[in-house]
Amino acid sequence: MQQDILMIEDEVNIAEAVRFILSREGWQVALHADGAGAIEAIRNHRPRVLILDLMLPNRSGAEVLADLRADPDANLAATPVLMLTARGQVGDAAAQANQILSKPFDNADLRALVRRMLG
Amino acid sequence: MNERSTPTVLTGTRIRERRLSLSRRQADIARAVGISPAYLNLIEHNRRPVSADLVARLAEELDVPAEELAEGREEVRIAALREAAAHPVATGLGPELDQVTELLARFPGWGQLLIAHARRAGGLERQLVDLSDRMTQDPYLLTTLHEVLSAVTAVRSTAAILVEEGEISPEWRRRFHSNLHEDSQRLSLTAQALVAYLDSFEAEGSAATPQEEVEAWLAAGASDAAELASDAARVMARQLESGLNADRDILPDQILAEAVTNPEARADPVRLAARLEMPLDLVMRRLADLRPAGFEGAGLLVCDGSGALTLRRAAPGFPLPRPGDSCPLLPLYQALAVPQVALVRDVVTPDGRGFRTLSHATRSQPGGVTGPVLTTAQMLFTPIDGPVPSDALAIGPACRICSRAACPARREPSILVPQPVLVERPNGTFDTGL
Repeated sequence: MQQDILMIEDEVNIAEAVRFILSREGWQVALHADGAGAIEAIRNHRPRVLILDLMLPNRSGAEVLADLRADPDANLAATPVLMLTARGQVGDAAAQANQILSKPFDNADLRALVRRMLG
Repeated sequence: MNERSTPTVLTGTRIRERRLSLSRRQADIARAVGISPAYLNLIEHNRRPVSADLVARLAEELDVPAEELAEGREEVRIAALREAAAHPVATGLGPELDQVTELLARFPGWGQLLIAHARRAGGLERQLVDLSDRMTQDPYLLTTLHEVLSAVTAVRSTAAILVEEGEISPEWRRRFHSNLHEDSQRLSLTAQALVAYLDSFEAEGSAATPQEEVEAWLAAGASDAAELASDAARVMARQLESGLNADRDILPDQILAEAVTNPEARADPVRLAARLEMPLDLVMRRLADLRPAGFEGAGLLVCDGSGALTLRRAAPGFPLPRPGDSCPLLPLYQALAVPQVALVRDVVTPDGRGFRTLSHATRSQPGGVTGPVLTTAQMLFTPIDGPVPSDALAIGPACRICSRAACPARREPSILVPQPVLVERPNGTFDTGL
């Protein structure tokens, strides 16, 4: 089932706050909390925008993003990605993400970025 | 002027200066210490060596502590000045190395001041390196900072929802209040832990990781593992203690101490192991543990197949590599490529100290024939008495803090040496500005 947004974030309270903020805009938001199984979750939800945390357990956000971009399903591989990072630099991951948002972020900035990405 | 004659020159000069300051005649002093005036004259003009025994007699006659005249004291000062001159900061300044002895003899106060400054700079560099290591690589610090940032992010977003989002159902409001409370508590605890951890930075050389705790405990005599601060360190220490005790049961102190009395065995641990009919890796561990005659200053490094250091036993003057960030030229790592072969290599540290290293790797399959093959390498190192061989391998600490400008194994620029400035040529290629 296609969702508007899938958020992969292990911090439950951040995920809950983001889902609340974005749901209020009328968007459907699904959550996944682990780097492991992330590609399967993306494949299942086929989101229009993926919000991906860089620091994830088991498999980092950068690794998940690299796997996604290398996926044989071209549509899936092209999923627009908003990378959330707690670091000042994200290295190679920055080049593969469509947008980068540094933590802590302003809710209005998050909303505006997602709106732009959803078109 | 070679290095071995240098201290003698100073000793003679100092004897002469002391005698003249007391207005004593050469003949009187010579008679008092049982040598001819002509021989004392040659000593004072640095044309004859002077034994430790004679230095002691002269010191007594000249009413001065023997160490004031002895070679060792000057040797240490000369070595300290040469070490200061070898620092990259001296590159291009051209300090007159051939006049070190004259500098110390004519301006002892200035010489001491220079040495004191060089030592202080060295201490500060080590502290800088330690802090730099921790700030950039310490997993505890990185994890804790990430935890702080995550809690701050959750608090900021949740608080903004409560303030800015208008009508919120009572159920969601309660939930967000609860989240705020939870995150603020987490933030408080994490911030306290972070402050305590950063405070520990001020204690130079303090143990930062469980492995460092265990190594410090081992160096202090391995008294009681229960006194270690962290659970992980206590577990690691007990495992290490168990391994050391097992080694001691197989090769007791007395047998090892007796075996090294044989000069041939003492000079060659491979022969020593053969004489004892015991594995070389066991003998190496026991030599570093017991430090019998001939191995008093021995240290030991142990790494696994990935090169990660799993144990570091210090030896005076040897720059212990930090776990996960050591010199790639250490013979320890060469041993990984040739298991069961004993590699002997002399190495020289950045401050000119020489060590003889013996490296040896073993392989095991603790999971049976279908299990993974594990490799462990050990490097036993002992200080070299006398001059360092000219073909000794130049090693250092981690690249980032290594002062050796030209090294074929360098992984990254050093923070201790001037960095080359890249200048673009008209043809589009780059060259260093140095």
